[in-house]
Amino acid sequence: MLELVWLIPALPLLGFLILVFGGKRIGEPNAGRLGAAMVGASFLVTVGVFFDLLSRHGEQRSFTRVLFTWLPSGGLKVNAAILADPLSITMALFVTGIGTLIHIYAIGYMHGDERFARFFVYMNLFVFSMLALILGDSFLTMFLGWEGVGACSYLLISFWFERDSAASAGKKAFVVNRVGDFGLMMAMFLIFSKAGSLTYANVFEFAKAGSFTRTAATAACLLLFVGAIGKSAQLPLYVWLPDAMEGPTPVSALIHAATMVTAGVYLMVRIHPLFLVASPNALHVVAWVGALTALFAATIACAQDDIKRVLAYSTMSQLGYMFLAVGVGANTAAIFHMVTHAFFKALMFLGAGSVIHGMHDEQNIKKMGNLRKWMPITFITYLVGWLAIAGIPPFAGFWSKDDILLAAYRDNKVLWLMALFTAILTAYYMSRQFFLVFFGKERFLHDAQTVAAIGPNDAHVRDHPHESPPTMWLPLVALAGLALVGGAINLPFNAKTEFLGKWLESVDLGGRPILAGGALKYGLAAVTVVLGLVGVAIAYNFWLRTNDARAQAALEPALLQRAYGVDGLYSAVIETPGRLLSAWLAFVFDRKIIDGAVNGLGLVVRFAGGKLRKLQTGYVRNYALGIAGGMVLLLAYALARAGIQ
Amino acid sequence: MQPSVSFPILSALVLVPVIGAIVVALLPKSRAEIVKLVGLGFSLITAAMAGWMLVAFHKGEAGYQFVSKHAWIKTWGISWHLGVDGISLFLIVLTGLLFPIAIWGPDERRDIKAYIAWILVLEAGVMGVFLSLDLFLFFVFFEIVLVPMYFLIGGWGHENRVYAALKFFLYTMAGSAVMLVAMLTLVFLNKSHTGVMTFDLLELSKANLATSTARWLFLAFALAFAIKVPVFPLHTWLPDAHTEAPTAGSVVLAGVMLKMGTYGLLRFGMGLFPEASTWIAPAMLTLAVIGIIYGALVATVQSDLKRLVAYSSVAHLGFIIMGTYAFTTPSLTGGVIQMVNHGLSTGALFLLVGWIYERRHTRQISELKGLFKLAPVLGGVFLLVMFSSIGLPGLNGFVGEFLILIGTFASRRWWAVVAGTGVILAALYMLWAFQRTFHGEPDEVNRDHMHDLTLRERLSIAPLLMLIVFLGVYPKPVLERIEPSVKALLIHVENGSGTVESRVSSGVVESAE
Repeated sequence: MLELVWLIPALPLLGFLILVFGGKRIGEPNAGRLGAAMVGASFLVTVGVFFDLLSRHGEQRSFTRVLFTWLPSGGLKVNAAILADPLSITMALFVTGIGTLIHIYAIGYMHGDERFARFFVYMNLFVFSMLALILGDSFLTMFLGWEGVGACSYLLISFWFERDSAASAGKKAFVVNRVGDFGLMMAMFLIFSKAGSLTYANVFEFAKAGSFTRTAATAACLLLFVGAIGKSAQLPLYVWLPDAMEGPTPVSALIHAATMVTAGVYLMVRIHPLFLVASPNALHVVAWVGALTALFAATIACAQDDIKRVLAYSTMSQLGYMFLAVGVGANTAAIFHMVTHAFFKALMFLGAGSVIHGMHDEQNIKKMGNLRKWMPITFITYLVGWLAIAGIPPFAGFWSKDDILLAAYRDNKVLWLMALFTAILTAYYMSRQFFLVFFGKERFLHDAQTVAAIGPNDAHVRDHPHESPPTMWLPLVALAGLALVGGAINLPFNAKTEFLGKWLESVDLGGRPILAGGALKYGLAAVTVVLGLVGVAIAYNFWLRTNDARAQAALEPALLQRAYGVDGLYSAVIETPGRLLSAWLAFVFDRKIIDGAVNGLGLVVRFAGGKLRKLQTGYVRNYALGIAGGMVLLLAYALARAGIQ
Repeated sequence: MQPSVSFPILSALVLVPVIGAIVVALLPKSRAEIVKLVGLGFSLITAAMAGWMLVAFHKGEAGYQFVSKHAWIKTWGISWHLGVDGISLFLIVLTGLLFPIAIWGPDERRDIKAYIAWILVLEAGVMGVFLSLDLFLFFVFFEIVLVPMYFLIGGWGHENRVYAALKFFLYTMAGSAVMLVAMLTLVFLNKSHTGVMTFDLLELSKANLATSTARWLFLAFALAFAIKVPVFPLHTWLPDAHTEAPTAGSVVLAGVMLKMGTYGLLRFGMGLFPEASTWIAPAMLTLAVIGIIYGALVATVQSDLKRLVAYSSVAHLGFIIMGTYAFTTPSLTGGVIQMVNHGLSTGALFLLVGWIYERRHTRQISELKGLFKLAPVLGGVFLLVMFSSIGLPGLNGFVGEFLILIGTFASRRWWAVVAGTGVILAALYMLWAFQRTFHGEPDEVNRDHMHDLTLRERLSIAPLLMLIVFLGVYPKPVLERIEPSVKALLIHVENGSGTVESRVSSGVVESAE
């Protein structure tokens, strides 16, 4: 089965190629079915490869398949090659698995869209790029996927490009990500200039041999982390992610929650041999950025009204947890949380899509309420997602988040406290959203006055919310199942139940086992659960029980609603001065000064040549013909000089 | 070293377009369709020959192949000396490819006969520039190309064409006049040492010059080439010429004519003055990096789509100059392949902008809106070309940009770091332009006049798109043909300069995997 590993990315690529040339003819819904089938087939191959790897041990679990030489130049040789190892296949499993479910969901969600086929063109290209990112055997093949997912993200965020906000959001995502990519490129250049290769195996061997200087390794790690900050929406390059919610909801679920945004975490785990030879400060930076982002984003999520924006900030916050895990040396915990988060966050985004669909494109949670009555399946599945992210056992999120908190506790108590406080906030803001959407008054039912204003035939008035079609709720049910039991892949009871830990032992930083002593472990878990319940209780009290408008307003200060005004700050500090500078360069410096000097020189020449006016016909065409004559004259002069010598 | 080819293919590459131009000139003026078809035919024959040459080219060899040498003006040591190596190979193939597309792609209707004839003269001139191994011959071709381009801009251009054509002509003329003086000085200095009068590049590159003399002569050559590239701050003729030129003119100008400058710096600058080339490197690197950032910033705020693409060329050519003067195998190889890549992507961009202009009769970004909805194929093609232009991996632009940057980083780290920010800015100006032009809800004017690409347009741009993808996915066949010549040139520079500037033999880039 391992020999077939190339099929994993090849199948979505094939889907892309078929759809890009024939998608319009294939039409709805077959274009969607084809796209989903390709990703599904890719998933099946991944499962096969997974079991093949599982049956091997030690070094045998890392398998490289070279397809062809991509970039040979000088000492640089980069292959198009696939690396199948526990880390990459774990990633590939949930990327293709969740990818299939979301493709199926999208067949229902994108129903009736005039660019239905093109949506699946982009989606299949995305899955291919994502697989190239995680399966590549070198920094450069990873970068190929990295930029590819960025491009697809751009295309899909601005999929409904008629909306200016969608078009702007797509561009913003790409450009901000490029800032991170700059760091990534510099890291590659640095690594190549030291190690003479970009292939993981060679670079890591070089690192293990102690050939990197500590400074170089630290710089490389931090530059790669700059890339991760961009792609995984961490401080300070996160600003694109909330806006990315302009994309269709399946895109938000697949790209901006479950897969692409985790690429940065993957990269940090992948380069663990570099961190081992770098200064410990490199990991500290990762941990602090992660913890700060987790807390920062969680506070903003508490005050958002758009159902998808709450989830976007929540995603940022959860990614912060993963970086915190990496930073405190708990790589397995980071991957564990990445997987469970993919389950429950994809579930919640798809659930939110179902809600938006059922509510006729309403996204404001303040205008929803009591939807459990209208959308029972969406409600039940969303309930599972809510409990999972809030950290309530036995749902998946509890286990992975608990691993991270435990690791943070052993590393640094301040980081742990930040993570713990974030956990309370997480339980709070998700409960607030959950109660506002599915409980309380049906705020979408309009009073007579409003009905008169917008007309009785408006969709919001005429149609009640409705449950989504089976293509949409079946994936919800599947994801809910995963969010319920997903924690089972790494239960912390004893070494035997830590399946993921054993499977991924090759990527762990070593010397820092997650498994802690019984009392501490259970004590910390109890604290986490209790605090999570406190968060739920606070939300219950203010948003469901008392429902006091003044108290609610106090919980949503303007500063948080405006997300600390960071967008405005960036605009004032970077965008506006940049635009002014560019305009000055273009219209003053370039036109007036540089070009002015050129034209001025021309005028001087013309003035000086005034006496030769008779020879000047004013037509360059005569000059053109004069070229030949001029050359003859110069040659004659040269000849004369030659004669003198 | 010389393949056993009896057919003088290189001479034919120059002469067939000339014959084509004469035949076109003799055709009746009234039959515009036939004139165009005949012109296309001759350019296709040239393209086929270039393709055949590519197939017959021996990879792995550094020297000149298919050499054709005949004495021309014996007393002055001037000869018809043509040859091709890895550095010029793909520029010739690119020239062969772009001209039929430039003839067939745009829907030009005014005075077709003269138009086609001038284009074919231009093709002959460009071929000659890339093939000449004799300084005098090179100079003749270098000057000849100005004439048809002048008439193309002046005759078939847009509103401000006369000013642009004049500026283009005089600016580049000024540079070449200085170069001519230097060229003759070099020849006579060489004669005074060796007693032989020759314009032959291979002979003159062995000339024994005093360091300071060589530097002065080099500066004169470099000025002419830097104007042609153009290197900041000598670039202001370019936006005017590009904007005012007819589509075919812009395609050829950006596609191959700018490369006459970068090619000249490699072939003649480094070939004749290796020491001076390493001496000037810090200045050239600095100007290149300024060009990358400056071109990108200025492109961002342009309101005219063609002007925007023109300034993007300033940035892209900056990368090529940087790779050239970083003197490493990857950076120089990347520079050469980037000349081809820029020709493909910018050529395609000018075609696309030209087609938009044919429909909408405007290049003002503010007057275009929502074109993606009205012309999905045009939009999709534009997307692909845009991604190529901003260096997305998997497409051609990345290969050159990456090799240039990684090679430069090895020898000139901080220049590469600053230039790397140009990658961010490139995304900014291209995506913003795409958003304003193609995104949004189309207004009535656009809805009435915009239609999607016709079959002819699709077929004419298809070869460019295929190469954009192919060179991004599998650049190996191209790289392995360029590299031996690049290495030979670097060794020449290393020997000539006696410095360790060149990293060709140092461990940095040669350490194998």
